[in-house]
Amino acid sequence: MKFRKYFLMRLLTCLLTIWIGVTFIFFIPRMFPSDPVESMIGQIQSRSGQMDPAQMESLRRSLRIQFGLEGSLMEQYGTFLWKGLLHFDFGPSLMSYPTPVGEIIGTYLPYTLGLSLTTTVVAWLIGNFIGLLAGFRKDKRSSKILEGIAICIYPVPYFMIALILQIVFAYLLGWCPLQATIMTSGGFGAFFSSLMKASILPAVSLLLVGTGWWIISMKSLSSTTAEEEFVLFARYRGLPEKTIGKNYVFRNSILTQITALAMSLGGVFGGSIMTEMIFGYPGVGTLIQKAILQSDYNTMLGCITISIVAIAVATLIVDLIYPFIDPRIRYS
Amino acid sequence: MKKFWETANIRLKIGLIVTFIFVIIGFVFYYIPHVNPFSYNAYPAQLGASAEHWLGTTTMGQDVTWLLIEAIHNSLSIGLIVATIGTVVGVFIGLLAGFSGGATDRVLTVITDTFVVIPSLPILILMTSLMKGSSTVLLMALVLALFAWAWPSRQIRSMALTIKERDFIQTAWFSGEGTVQVVATEILPYALTWSLSNFMNATLAAIASESSLAVLGLSPANLISLGNMIQWARERNAIFGQQWLWIGSPIVATVVLFVGLFLLITGYNDYLSMKRGR
Repeated sequence: MKFRKYFLMRLLTCLLTIWIGVTFIFFIPRMFPSDPVESMIGQIQSRSGQMDPAQMESLRRSLRIQFGLEGSLMEQYGTFLWKGLLHFDFGPSLMSYPTPVGEIIGTYLPYTLGLSLTTTVVAWLIGNFIGLLAGFRKDKRSSKILEGIAICIYPVPYFMIALILQIVFAYLLGWCPLQATIMTSGGFGAFFSSLMKASILPAVSLLLVGTGWWIISMKSLSSTTAEEEFVLFARYRGLPEKTIGKNYVFRNSILTQITALAMSLGGVFGGSIMTEMIFGYPGVGTLIQKAILQSDYNTMLGCITISIVAIAVATLIVDLIYPFIDPRIRYS
Repeated sequence: MKKFWETANIRLKIGLIVTFIFVIIGFVFYYIPHVNPFSYNAYPAQLGASAEHWLGTTTMGQDVTWLLIEAIHNSLSIGLIVATIGTVVGVFIGLLAGFSGGATDRVLTVITDTFVVIPSLPILILMTSLMKGSSTVLLMALVLALFAWAWPSRQIRSMALTIKERDFIQTAWFSGEGTVQVVATEILPYALTWSLSNFMNATLAAIASESSLAVLGLSPANLISLGNMIQWARERNAIFGQQWLWIGSPIVATVVLFVGLFLLITGYNDYLSMKRGR
């Protein structure tokens, strides 16, 4: 009964997040003085010279429809919520007209999901494991060195780590390709090996930053927990260190880390967007960059809506897992 | 001051020194008269390091050293503006939510929670790409500040909830002080020590966001910031031209600045908890 209430509350928060986020990206562009249609017309005019007014008017009309700028503001908002949010229909992409935006995102999204989900989970596992060891034996030399390395990596923005890795491993050492290319033809073997080659540097940069953060936070959490009275009591009872680490320190610190994982997903996604762009990895990040360069607002809006939905849903999932791991089960 | 230095931990010390150096570079050296580093062909192009040009010159004949100093100045300024707005708004909303309770609290908490979870970078990309060309430093800072208030607000709210029940607040209530007075004289000093680490965190986050946007070509084109400097060097193929000073110096500066700020934040937090006797 209590779980149902918790579940409904979380679901509501998730829907609210999506709604506020989407409302935000709907209204913000409309508050700016710049009009995408006019700037598009300006571009077309500068390319093809003077056009007669009737032609221009019909062009303006059709562009307005494609940008979803027809009708009153509330009508536009309704259409955007209905078509975009519920059917993922964002109209045709303008850079590869007339392919629908939804279809284009569909081909890019699996790469982003694969890369960011794998690295997030792996970084979380490795980082928490190392952090636990470092916090539990905080006076060991190796713990201090590991934490030092983590401190030098974590605060640096993702793209900077990516850039440094690119310069060192792709340019100076030549071990990896500078820009990712993935073979979609030539069978599964060629596809898989090219995918691995393209993913290795982006994955390493995401892993470095992610792991760094989990080491730092887990270390401070577990070293505080290790000084709690119940741990001291366990020591007095003469329990082996391993049991204390696993059953007392780990179990108590990992709960906070699960909440922290839910909170960090947005940042991780932003980081993966940036990393993809640096390496030209064919995910949503690279798609967004292409869309920016070619002023393709439909694609941009689509990518951003989908990323908000994806992150809100992922956060919801992590939040819902939480009560199953916390033995004290408090749905608050 | 001397006592502070003796009790400070090693992280706080390193963090303070690094941050201090950057502040000196960004806000003192910056005011030494110099040629506008933005203007092209002020010097011969692609010079190496020399006594006159410590970090050489770019392909466009700009002095890298002054470019870097100006970039540090601008990046720090943006970070500080964003952090100031974010912290002030965050503290205000957090206190309001924590002390008013009831429906106001619930509504504010939901909005705050949403802003904490919402992926800021995609929305920032959308907004800045719409302002492309017309955006200014101040506009950029305002846009970044949209996402800087939620986290401090959340923290301050939970702090306010625990403080509200403390004895000294109760005493103040019962001795007839008004809400505004209680908040101003009893709560705010508490909140400010907390906010300082939030403030530094927000500075770091804002500089990171700005430079991320710059690498996408979305930062104002006439703004010399650390991110833009890296982006320009990338655009002009500084990597292939092996002009390591040009592309390397902003990268190294950013990394050192970030690690320094981070040490300052964690060192400060440790220092506070040590002072509280934990």
